[in-house]
Amino acid sequence: MEYLLRAEHVTKEYAKHRALSDVSMNVPAQSIFGLLGPNGAGKTTFIRIINQIIGADGGTIWFNNEPLKPKHVQYIGYLPEERGLYKKMKVGEQALYLARLKGLKRNEALKKLKDWFERFDLLPWWDKKVEELSKGMQQKVQFIITVLHNPRLLIFDEPFSGFDPINVNILKEEILKLRRNGSTIIFSTHNMGSVEELCDHIALINKSEKILEGEVHQIKKAYKSMIYEAEVDQLQKPLTEILDRRFTLIRNEKQNGIRTIRIQINENNTTNDLIETLLPVAHLLSFRELTPSMNDIFIKKVTGKFPLESTEV
Amino acid sequence: MSKTATIIKREFLSRVKKRSFIVMTILGPLLMAAIIIVPVFVAQLSDSDYTIAIVDDTRLFYDRFDDTDNIQFTPLSTNIDRAIDFMHEGRFDAVLHIPEIAFEAPSSLRLFSEKSVNFNAKLLIENILRTEFESLKLSHAGIDKEILQAIETPINIQAIRIKDDGELITDYPEVSMGLGLVSGFLIYIFIFLFGSQVLRGVLEEKTSRIVEIIVSSVKPFQLMMGKVLGVGLVGLTQFLIWIVLTFAIVTTFQVIMPDMFRFTPDEHVFVTSSQVFSAEEMERQKEHIQQYDTTAGQIVQGLSAINFPVMIFSFIFFFLGGYLLYAALFAAIGSAVDNEADTQQFMLPVTIPLLMSIIMAQMVISNPSGPVAFWLSIIPFTSPVIMMVRIPFGVSYAEIALSAGLLVLGFILTTMLAARIYRTGILMYGKKTSYRELWKWIRHS
Repeated sequence: MEYLLRAEHVTKEYAKHRALSDVSMNVPAQSIFGLLGPNGAGKTTFIRIINQIIGADGGTIWFNNEPLKPKHVQYIGYLPEERGLYKKMKVGEQALYLARLKGLKRNEALKKLKDWFERFDLLPWWDKKVEELSKGMQQKVQFIITVLHNPRLLIFDEPFSGFDPINVNILKEEILKLRRNGSTIIFSTHNMGSVEELCDHIALINKSEKILEGEVHQIKKAYKSMIYEAEVDQLQKPLTEILDRRFTLIRNEKQNGIRTIRIQINENNTTNDLIETLLPVAHLLSFRELTPSMNDIFIKKVTGKFPLESTEV
Repeated sequence: MSKTATIIKREFLSRVKKRSFIVMTILGPLLMAAIIIVPVFVAQLSDSDYTIAIVDDTRLFYDRFDDTDNIQFTPLSTNIDRAIDFMHEGRFDAVLHIPEIAFEAPSSLRLFSEKSVNFNAKLLIENILRTEFESLKLSHAGIDKEILQAIETPINIQAIRIKDDGELITDYPEVSMGLGLVSGFLIYIFIFLFGSQVLRGVLEEKTSRIVEIIVSSVKPFQLMMGKVLGVGLVGLTQFLIWIVLTFAIVTTFQVIMPDMFRFTPDEHVFVTSSQVFSAEEMERQKEHIQQYDTTAGQIVQGLSAINFPVMIFSFIFFFLGGYLLYAALFAAIGSAVDNEADTQQFMLPVTIPLLMSIIMAQMVISNPSGPVAFWLSIIPFTSPVIMMVRIPFGVSYAEIALSAGLLVLGFILTTMLAARIYRTGILMYGKKTSYRELWKWIRHS
């Protein structure tokens, strides 16, 4: 696989605490890569190192198979978690200024900006001061500034915090479009559910260490919970009598005449075994596997247990 | 164009386009020109013709009042009540009453008027009467006025400086003092004014959270230097416009109203009794005029003794050097705090040397080549102000060069120090920064 960005044994220490310890990571080209972990895990530090805002204490970062250098900033677009604009400066002028700092020529930047502003219905606001714009519009401007120079690598730190749902959808579409056009995207967030459906690769970071990395569907396969949920409306025998040691009952609830049960299949047994056991005594309304979310996988990785497994019988 | 240049351009243009900058740039020279022009102007305008009737019951002084440009005296032989009636009819602005007993009891003198009395007229009358009364008293006491005249000796020492090569230069300490204090104070004001603009600019970028977007494109050092240099250019621009405009305004006035600036002594003040003591008074008057001439001449000569190329060059150099030294520190402060209120604790140590230099300037003026003056003009933190105070008095090139060299070293040092604080500080939020924290940033980054 071709990787756009590779981190090897990156460490970073602040005065008192360790922000990154020996983190290695491979970001495949043209992928959407989720950098996931709780607040304070070290995600923003890692991103700032990629953006060369701060330096690493040790380790190497490779960008497109070259050691990361200042010239690479023009190939990277970064939307930080803490973001804002000069309030008193005019919108168009400001966007042009930031584009020029990224290394774009004036005319080229102007042309691209007009296109993007047109697309996002921002053109009438070109000569307005930023403080006159609504929050949503300011966020659109920030997004445009991030992607304007067609960066090969886009980094979004907590991208959807503060965006309203409509803008979130516009953003997601634009991001997918960018990937189709060849960009690689890194999402960093503590809210793992928000990017799960977008990412095809993820890395989990906890307490300065990378604890898991890989393709989403493979991770999900590896972290099958083997927990099944069934809805039944009639039960001829109590469950405790039916289930032998091949299975563990996790939940057994009755609500509005429908019983919801959760059962974990213990090792070396199959789904068929469970169905065969249930069929003679229960009238099944539904039967499905509970796939763990990224959040569940993270908790399993940190605590050793899926949150689904907590027995509530 | 390099990225730093792009930043400098934005910092410069965004400030120069501000209304407050334009207003200050125009108002500044107007104010300065006004300080020069208005006093002259007012002195001439306010003396519209003022007519005073004199009722002299003693019949000793009525012919001793000579008209001036703006004040006319008319002796009346009527009594005082009639004269006041005339005033009410509008024939005079004021009536001076010298009663019979005036010589014995000067407090009985009266100046009546409908409106409030013209102050200059009152001064003029007092002046004339004092001289007259004194003359009269002297002759009553039998003292020869000539003896008194002979005693009066005006003293004005010429200060001569002997240069190393033996050349003699007449020194005009008053002129050097004025020039030194003004330029020292200007540097102080400019450093403060534009230094705090840097601080506010850094703080604005931090609080608006644009800073992380910018430093993902440029190095934090580029952003900091771009701001410091951009604001410095604004200061230089404003200063140059001020100088040019002030000269333009003053020159225009001189061309339009050349009379205003011709320094002629107000002869009438000194012209008194030409009948009784004409010869002596005339001589005294001449002396006055002479003295006046030499004062005016002294300023001109004093100014011509100043080495203006050195003066202007060092002003620009020490302004820029001092600004760069302090602006870097101001930028570091702006990066270390979250809001303007928190700047106070860090401002103090930075402003103390500045404040101290402006306070010590008074002392330096009185002894411009003493050890205090020397050391303060060598140490980078006080040298921008103190050296400018000293230069009009004449400072050797070696000393200026030493001070300038140390100032350059000084601002390189503060800039390096500030850059370390800055690049950590701009990304720190929420936590109140302590000095210990700053030290850590300096050491670790």
